[in-house]
Amino acid sequence: MLSHLRSIGLALAHTFAKRETIQYPDQKVDLAARYRGRIVLTRDPDGMERCVGCYLCAAACPVDCISLEAGNDEETGRRYPVTFRINFSRCIFCGYCEEACPTYAIQLTPDYEICEYDRKNLVYEKKDLLIAGQGKQHGYNFYRVAGMAIAGKDKGEGQNELPPVDVKGLMP
Amino acid sequence: MAKIKINGKELEVDPKKNLLEASISAGFDVPYFCWHPKLGSIGSCRQCAVVKYRDENDKVGRVVMSCMEPASEGSIISTDAPQAVEFRSNVIEALMTNHPHDCPVCDEGGECHLQDMTVMSGHTTRRYEFEKRTHKNQYLGPFINHEMNRCIQCYRCVRYYRDYAGGDDLNVFSSRNRVYFGRANDGVLESEFSGNLVEVCPTGVFTDKTLKKHHTRKWDLTTAPSVCVHCSVGCNTIAGERYGSVRRIYSRYNEQVNGYFLCDRGRFGYEFVNSDQRIKKYIIPAATEGVTKTTAFDFIAKALKGKKIVGIGSPRASLETNFTLKQLVGSENFSIGLSKLDYQLAKLAVDTLKNGSVKSPSLKEVEQSESVFVLGEDVTQTAPMLALAIRQAIKNLVKPKADKAGIPQWNDAPVREVIQSAHGPLHIAAPVATRLDDVATTTYYNAPENIARLGYAVAHYINNKLVLPSGLSEEVKILAGKIAADLMASAKPLVVSGVHCKNEDIIKAASDVATALKEAGKSVSLSLTFEESNSFGVVLIEGKPLEVLFDDAKTAKAEILIVVENDLYRRLSKERVDSCLSQFEQVIVLDHNCTSTTKKATVILPVGTFTEADGTFVNQEGRAQRFYQVFVPESDTAESWRRIAELAKAIEKPVVGESFFDFTKAVANSIPQCKGINGIAPPPDYKIEGQKVPRESHRYSGRTAMKANINVHELKPAEDLDSPMSFTMEGFHGEAPSALTTSYWSPGWNSVQSINKYQIEVGGALHGGDPGLRLVEPVVKGTYYQSIPDAFKVSSKGLVAVPVYKIFGSEELSAKAPAVKERSGEAFVVLSTADAVKQGLKEGETVEISMGNQITSMNVIIMKELAEGLAGISAGYCGVNPELSEVSFKK
Repeated sequence: MLSHLRSIGLALAHTFAKRETIQYPDQKVDLAARYRGRIVLTRDPDGMERCVGCYLCAAACPVDCISLEAGNDEETGRRYPVTFRINFSRCIFCGYCEEACPTYAIQLTPDYEICEYDRKNLVYEKKDLLIAGQGKQHGYNFYRVAGMAIAGKDKGEGQNELPPVDVKGLMP
Repeated sequence: MAKIKINGKELEVDPKKNLLEASISAGFDVPYFCWHPKLGSIGSCRQCAVVKYRDENDKVGRVVMSCMEPASEGSIISTDAPQAVEFRSNVIEALMTNHPHDCPVCDEGGECHLQDMTVMSGHTTRRYEFEKRTHKNQYLGPFINHEMNRCIQCYRCVRYYRDYAGGDDLNVFSSRNRVYFGRANDGVLESEFSGNLVEVCPTGVFTDKTLKKHHTRKWDLTTAPSVCVHCSVGCNTIAGERYGSVRRIYSRYNEQVNGYFLCDRGRFGYEFVNSDQRIKKYIIPAATEGVTKTTAFDFIAKALKGKKIVGIGSPRASLETNFTLKQLVGSENFSIGLSKLDYQLAKLAVDTLKNGSVKSPSLKEVEQSESVFVLGEDVTQTAPMLALAIRQAIKNLVKPKADKAGIPQWNDAPVREVIQSAHGPLHIAAPVATRLDDVATTTYYNAPENIARLGYAVAHYINNKLVLPSGLSEEVKILAGKIAADLMASAKPLVVSGVHCKNEDIIKAASDVATALKEAGKSVSLSLTFEESNSFGVVLIEGKPLEVLFDDAKTAKAEILIVVENDLYRRLSKERVDSCLSQFEQVIVLDHNCTSTTKKATVILPVGTFTEADGTFVNQEGRAQRFYQVFVPESDTAESWRRIAELAKAIEKPVVGESFFDFTKAVANSIPQCKGINGIAPPPDYKIEGQKVPRESHRYSGRTAMKANINVHELKPAEDLDSPMSFTMEGFHGEAPSALTTSYWSPGWNSVQSINKYQIEVGGALHGGDPGLRLVEPVVKGTYYQSIPDAFKVSSKGLVAVPVYKIFGSEELSAKAPAVKERSGEAFVVLSTADAVKQGLKEGETVEISMGNQITSMNVIIMKELAEGLAGISAGYCGVNPELSEVSFKK
């Protein structure tokens, strides 16, 4: 009997507790930056695409919902994804792609409002994914630390690099 | 056999091997870089350190390089002793100090030996914080991409390129950590085997430039075991596809055939599959509306009703395709698609191997020969991998020098020091300079007739009962005597010849030399080259030469011609083909690429290339080999044999069989020489643990996104009823039978080095034996041909044409690949110095050449090696008359 009264008392006490329910969609939930929602492709500090088409995100994806095709920009020497497609109707927002990405290109954002009436609208192409900014990771530029020469950064001009070896030099 | 102990496990190993080979063969994972089964050890990378103990009581041991220690009796080693593990992880850390942060943009990533070894050695965190050395890259031609920053100085590239493949334009420059592997100047790598650098380099310094254009990771490729279609050697390959296009070809290990390597034509010639010249739809040029499969077959059914049909097969089509066509049209009305001359040559070569007493060697047996005599072939251009094998063969006689000095054969550097540039006898007789001349003992450049006469003279000096050709000069006699003496001095001589001089007497002379050697008790072999991937096979199928078929068709008033995978304009002169084709009401062509013949077709049916079809080829050794469909194309293409069967059904003349295996069985049952070809690979209902063998890796990505833009509901994947493989990643992911190897992978071994795990012993046969079946074996008693031709006389009518083949350009299919096209150049004519002066022509000049009634503009090449009175004509080049005759110059 006593325990019944205690339970009723506790339930009543909740009536006066602070509400957890919010009035969505009028009111939005406050999410941390690390929340795993809609996936975007970001750009480096110079405004160039960060994705280099290494296929690691696609390989890491447990539901295989990422597919891309890498291409080469003959003029600049940069590699980039010619197509980049994420099928969000398959995505489980696990964030493995973000973890696998060696260039901080692919990032998950706290945007969760991506419902569609038509499933095919959940297939996002590169133009839907690529954003203008750097996302969560500021300042990182893969080509600055990679050894490949690209337009505007020749061999030896990257971070922590010595000038190219003079093969025909005679110094010991 | 020596008894040794590795990690406490007692093993019996060959004492001629080293401890690294013994450890890897026994299944232990020892990291290595500079050692390669084909290149031996030099001990430069210090990565394969193990601890070796003096005896059972020694608990301390000492660190040794396992690749530099013989597997001698009583050796006790530990591959996982703490000192060895620490040593290896320190070494790799040092090797990695300058390695760039490139993996995401490196084409080697995911199948990189350096990545595998770094993980295996336990180097996970970089401590080196200082500046990295960098290198400028070089342009190395259309095949190979150079990224020198990635180099770890293992020296494998130069050892392969210079010592193994005989190239001399790749070298090592500079000193200490600045060591540079490249050419003296930017430029195309000259070796025909440069593509193997991609597989030999443990990291991404040399990568496949054609793959770079449509880069795909190894795990994303749909791969299937295939056979190279670009020459008669039939190297085993693995073809990889993604997004409907073929992305790359790499070597499939077969100890008997190509071993670890491929030539550049085989590796980079695949892009004809992706060509914009591909036929992907049903085409009826006269049709006003769009043609579908139904309308095309309705049209054919109506047009062919009650008509007489003749069919032309092709030496570049599979046994099954040729056989099905022959079934449809009847043997009276079937041609194997070769001109009379080519037919005679191919038939003579097959008959020589079939009825002769001399064995046709596998490439492995070629590598084991001791002396070589080449008659009338530039092997590097016509059967490239055979040339690479010959380069190895001529080292055999000098190798014992190292044994005498007490140096084991795997110890590469001192063995080379002892041998220096010495090599065994290689005698070459050819119309023009060949790419093996740099290692030739003697060379003899002359007209095909005179080459045959030299051959007969050699046969005479081996067996003096044979006739010596009359009227030979003293010099030729001395040369023939020397060649005969050299061949007789070795236990395993090899005679090489083939059809590429378009001269029967050369093949006959080669056969006589080989037969004479056989009678002299030598373990001789005779290797004959053919023009195309299945030339040997179509001769076994049997059919008429083209000219005979056309003549008979005219007499019999045949109205319909079916041509399968054959460009008749490459067989006969334009004039003749034009007139022959005009006698038919309908010309139905089945092909995968547009050719001059498809332009004349009234109906074109799209068929698959080697990546879209299953089939069997017979290589120049007489080995039947199966190739498998790699992917299901989205176009209307199907295998040729399936198309012919459909066509047969449409005209109510059905052929035996529906699925691939029915046709293979039919070939095996109907052609005595092809008995057993249905057994060279497991049947379609074969399963391992109830599962098929998957063509896709277990980490194949993008399945639910690749086609999501077309349809978000994933369709049922295609089923394969023709083979024991599936088109998906579902299936048995262990080691499949050797004929079904879709890819090389083993836990921890993502690179091609994982081949080790598929072999019984490192560098030896594959588990379950190497795939393929030899269809011809020598008979006990051979006969001599002894048809000695008259000596060549300079013709007053004009220069006599001899075909000159080029590895890049002469072969039909690879010539359509952009990278190969870049190397092939324009049609050319080779002239002797004397004739060039007579005609007033200079090197590099363009000249109009008339042969038959066909005029072609060609670039002039002057070669002092060519005999006067001859003109070397670039064979197989666009616009060149395939019927060679007298050459005259049109001013």
